[in-house]
Amino acid sequence: MTVDLTATTIEIAGDGGDQIEAYFARPLTDARVGGVVVIHHLPGYDEATKEITRRFAANGYLAICPNLYSREAPGMSSDDAAATARAMGGVPDERLVGDVAGAAAFLRAQVNSNQKLAVIGYCSGGRQSVLSACSLPFDAAVDCYGACVVVDAPKDSPFTFTSLTSKLANLSCPMLGLFGADDTFPTPEQNEEMARLLHEHGKSFEAHTYQGAGHAFFNVDRPSFRPDAAKEAWGEIWKFFATHLSA
Amino acid sequence: MCTYQTERLKVNASAKGRDGWFHASDAIVYFDHPVHYPAGHALMIDVLDLTNASGRVGLEMDASSARSMALAILRTLDNVPVELLENEAAT
Repeated sequence: MTVDLTATTIEIAGDGGDQIEAYFARPLTDARVGGVVVIHHLPGYDEATKEITRRFAANGYLAICPNLYSREAPGMSSDDAAATARAMGGVPDERLVGDVAGAAAFLRAQVNSNQKLAVIGYCSGGRQSVLSACSLPFDAAVDCYGACVVVDAPKDSPFTFTSLTSKLANLSCPMLGLFGADDTFPTPEQNEEMARLLHEHGKSFEAHTYQGAGHAFFNVDRPSFRPDAAKEAWGEIWKFFATHLSA
Repeated sequence: MCTYQTERLKVNASAKGRDGWFHASDAIVYFDHPVHYPAGHALMIDVLDLTNASGRVGLEMDASSARSMALAILRTLDNVPVELLENEAAT
């Protein structure tokens, strides 16, 4: 059952104390609840990501999505900002971790936070969710089809993303992976390699790969949307969060 | 998929964007999810002024349109008298 919520655009302290834009949604309840940091996809801090953020609040969680492109294109539309960020090589890993740390601190400071936090990311945000959970203390992490976790970004691209294999031993929490069987960024083989490495390090990792779905199957406003896969995957997220974000 | 396969190049150009004409210093070419073109993937071109985020012209098109445009550009340049290309920096 969903609950009433309120959502607003705010500023938070990100990496290095920089003030960055963020979208904050919270359920209208005095009960102590868990929190979720939402990491947007490569196309940016857009309406679809804000809708996802509201969905977490409607399901009883404090949720915040930092605009990772705040510095490149302040106040610009999400597609202009994404184009600029892409041309500049994407978001540097260190800065991403700083911004997510700021978003997590904001959630923990809410009066009705139960101090349990998850991080979830989509597309490039999937990799960034893994990176965040390997760099910061979280109670749960979700990787939705993040590429470049076990391989580097293509050499001829401006992106500086490198494999996270050397960091996987530092994963701070249980992780859920949600992938499309037809995706090639990441491939099912790469996801299996990530699972192998995490299990080798004794980490808790549960993966679901959906047949007939490719990359971005959660995106309701794009042709990649696969309602059956998305519905099942949302169900896995709610189960996972109920287990790990309860006080 | 988000392919991450992106070509980045320096350009010397003018483009007309949201706030009028601007000097473009960079361009990126990639094949990825379009924002507006109604397809799962498209050939994307962004012409940019990286010093000013409002300096952007974006294009999203299907692969055959992109190939036709690329060939048209090359044919056009091939047909230009050489002396004009040599003087391209002249005002």
